[in-house]
Amino acid sequence: MGLVVSAIAFLFAVAVAGAVARRLPQAPTVVYGGTAGACALIALWAAVRLAGGGPDAALVLPVGLPWIQAHLRADALSAVFLMVVNIGGITASLFGWGYERAHHDRHGGSHGGSHGGTQDGPVLPLYPLFLAGMNMVLIAADAFTFLLSWEFMSLASWLLVLSTHREPETPKAARLYIIMASFGTACLLLAFGVLATAHGDYSFAAIRAHAPAAGAAALVVVLILLGAGSKAGLVPLHVWLPLAHPAAPSHVSALMSGVMTKVAVYAMIRVLFDLLGEPEWWWGGVTMGFGALTAVMGVLYALMQDDVKRLLAYSTVENIGAIVIALGLALVFKAAHTPVIAALALAAALLHVVNHSLFKSLLFFAAGAMLTATGSRDLNRLGGLIHRMPTTAVLALIGAAAISALPPLNGFVGEWLLFQAILNAPALSAWSLKIEIAVVGAALALATALAGACFVRLYGIAFLGRPRSRAAGEAVEVGRAMRLGMAVPAVLCVVLGVLPTPLIRLFEPALRLLVEAGPFDGRAYQPWFWLAPTSAIGNSYNGLIMLVVIALLSVVLVLGIHRKASDRVRWSIPWGCGFDGPDPAAVTQYTASSFGQPIRRAFGSTVFRARDHVDMPAPGDTRPARLSVTWTDPAWVVVVEPPARAVGWLAEKANRLQFMTIRRYLTLMFLALVVLLVMVAVTQR
Amino acid sequence: MTLLLATLHQILQMLLVLTLAPLLTGWVRLVKARLVGRRGPSVLQPYRDLLRLLRKEVVLARNASWLFRSVPYMMFTAIWLAAGLVPVFTTQLALAPTADLIALIALLGSARFFLALAGMDTGTSFGGIGSSREMMIAALAEPAMLMIVFSVAILVRSTSLAEIADFMMSGAVGLRISLALALIALVMVAIAENARIPIDNPATHLELTMVHEAMVLEYSGRHLALVEAASMLKLLLYMALIACVFAPWGMATAGSGVAAALGGMVVFVAKLAVGGTLLALFETSIAKMRVFRVGEFLGGALLLSLLGAIFLYVSRGV
Repeated sequence: MGLVVSAIAFLFAVAVAGAVARRLPQAPTVVYGGTAGACALIALWAAVRLAGGGPDAALVLPVGLPWIQAHLRADALSAVFLMVVNIGGITASLFGWGYERAHHDRHGGSHGGSHGGTQDGPVLPLYPLFLAGMNMVLIAADAFTFLLSWEFMSLASWLLVLSTHREPETPKAARLYIIMASFGTACLLLAFGVLATAHGDYSFAAIRAHAPAAGAAALVVVLILLGAGSKAGLVPLHVWLPLAHPAAPSHVSALMSGVMTKVAVYAMIRVLFDLLGEPEWWWGGVTMGFGALTAVMGVLYALMQDDVKRLLAYSTVENIGAIVIALGLALVFKAAHTPVIAALALAAALLHVVNHSLFKSLLFFAAGAMLTATGSRDLNRLGGLIHRMPTTAVLALIGAAAISALPPLNGFVGEWLLFQAILNAPALSAWSLKIEIAVVGAALALATALAGACFVRLYGIAFLGRPRSRAAGEAVEVGRAMRLGMAVPAVLCVVLGVLPTPLIRLFEPALRLLVEAGPFDGRAYQPWFWLAPTSAIGNSYNGLIMLVVIALLSVVLVLGIHRKASDRVRWSIPWGCGFDGPDPAAVTQYTASSFGQPIRRAFGSTVFRARDHVDMPAPGDTRPARLSVTWTDPAWVVVVEPPARAVGWLAEKANRLQFMTIRRYLTLMFLALVVLLVMVAVTQR
Repeated sequence: MTLLLATLHQILQMLLVLTLAPLLTGWVRLVKARLVGRRGPSVLQPYRDLLRLLRKEVVLARNASWLFRSVPYMMFTAIWLAAGLVPVFTTQLALAPTADLIALIALLGSARFFLALAGMDTGTSFGGIGSSREMMIAALAEPAMLMIVFSVAILVRSTSLAEIADFMMSGAVGLRISLALALIALVMVAIAENARIPIDNPATHLELTMVHEAMVLEYSGRHLALVEAASMLKLLLYMALIACVFAPWGMATAGSGVAAALGGMVVFVAKLAVGGTLLALFETSIAKMRVFRVGEFLGGALLLSLLGAIFLYVSRGV
């Protein structure tokens, strides 16, 4: 525990160093080297703690408010998330180091070196603070420390978003982000307030010891879903996420999307499974419903985006939906006293937390690499990058296949476990839940299939085909540090897909803590390379054998074909419908919007009121025909606009107070005094 | 000993599906030709076509990448493996515990994912049109397929195909409304996934209606042979799947001898002949639908399968 706290203190020291020395050329190396080291230390500590077991590490620091100290504690659940956050931190530091240098060179060149780049000034001191904040949330063991760390994490990430303030969309994104973050913290504050009301003790141990009354517990569930849900990106509170995450520099986007949303998931698990005690069946029902809505809506949004990073942010919304579905299922089964299935669902949730942090970081890094190489993140200006950036293309392909849940990669294993849990729903007693779980299962399957379409679109448009702009045609592969930063999560995606069982074994202490069972309980023979969880309906899966068989069959096939078949190859120009100039704009290949058109038409016309408008000139008119697509965001209409209108209306009314005569002001003050006196008189009696 | 036998069965099955797949396609084409009053080519014509394609040179588009050249191998392997996972003549297969029905669907999904990417690699408009339509169809067909799996899995209490076939053969299921719904949905999905009429037409090259054919338009030579063979295998796979879940009779089980396995093969060929005839009958009696009506067709399949699953979820405790 002392190790973790010292590593966090070291992160603060690195931040100070970054602030002081940010003009020096060695500053990025110091900062990113320092953060990578600190993260590696914490991740290692967490892995050892999970593998070796042992008592929880706890520490009480005499800081904070005078009458309460800061309680810190790292149990098995914290350790799982510490591992996720810090592995994300290591790869992001690695990638960020190369990314900053690439951008430093570019901007330094164009500005004559006077400012040392437009970005790296504010990023360097804030980046370690952001990592420190996330780590502190995970080890906080009282409500005060938790909220303080939470807010610290939010503000650090908000400032990181603002570091690109020169881009036109950033101020709007940052404003929405700070509003939603404040809203989320307010909800969490109220939730902890309700939890601690009965006894006035804010430490988690005391909250855990006193289970709240049914009404209070219900209120806490709703507040946590709002508070942590807004941070994680639950629909319809996700509106800020796809604006804010892409606005930050790419390695910070990766951390925000891949890792910070997981800290919000941690908050949900901590309160719903740990602090609140025995759950009621409807908690899981509500959670799952939100999860299903989030999963389907998230991926439908993602299919409509042309901005690579925004697409990835919406895909995060989808994956959070899948994780929240798993959490809801685990709650349902925990309430139904089938702890082994609850453990199965919770293991699926944790596995997807790890998986998503890996492939989402990888894909955001790939987006960063594209941005570095071409200066654009608009899909319609990319294309053909597989020829110009071969390594990035291979690694991004692994990420795209993993996030589309293709075997034998890791995304599939998480999906598979979750489906196994869903298949156990007939054992439940409540009819409404059974029907809901069947529908949620269908929604999850739909979201998975749509995610496949979404990433075919992303990869096909950005990396394949012909360049859609001159910059894409002249892109060069990114540096070694950035490639390494992408390679680490890519390798982990493959390894975890082939051998998921050791990782799930690592989760077992956390699962026993939360649902008092493990996913492999009651099965006698469990080799480490085999995934066969205990469940009434179910089966086993073995990614390793699948991979080996696929490799064998491929070898047989390639040898067979090349022995028998002709191996002559002729290169030729494909038929381009009459257009085939060197000008990228005149190529008749598919664009991002044309690829999305069938799905937009099948789903978007009802959900988003998406409409295609064709402007067809009359015969003889020489102006070009135009096709434009319009769509409205239902979440924006429901969640953002009414409060914004109400605030505007109130501000308009309150504005009058500024333009009154002195006589009226005195009257108002007198009236206020009278009202207060009356209140005192009434309450004192 | 059991493992050895299971491995032997597995290898036999991989070879069997590979040999029978072109025959099935040839049979369907022959029956279709006879139904519309033509003589039609020999049943062996698909084999000759594949051999001819293998001997031809490959013509590659100027900017095709390594992905375009390796996808035929990847997708063929994935579909071949998937076809090896469906029990056709015996339920005693070595690979049965490594991958269940969910993994099988995901394997087919991988094949489609990479083929759709290959369609976009050459940067022509036909590849894009095919890929985007194929992914739209898949986005509806895959969840419908999973719902069918849910229905069957809840009845059988397993997602393993071998166990499903064993259970169905034991006759313990009886007639169930959910199974009927699942069967209808599965046939609808199979038609869509195999690019058959009324969703797509395997024989068309008309640009407005092509889906699968548009996606693979730039392939030639040995690559095209692999892509074509893979679609033949996929047709066989879906027929074997329907037979395995809804008509598993005649299959050898654990402990039954060599004669039972041989009998299983003969019965399987008979099942394929019946399935192929039914498919040809269906295809000649219906018209191709507009691409954007496909959503309604598959949405119907999804709802049917969901309804079947809900019936079971509600009516059955585990």
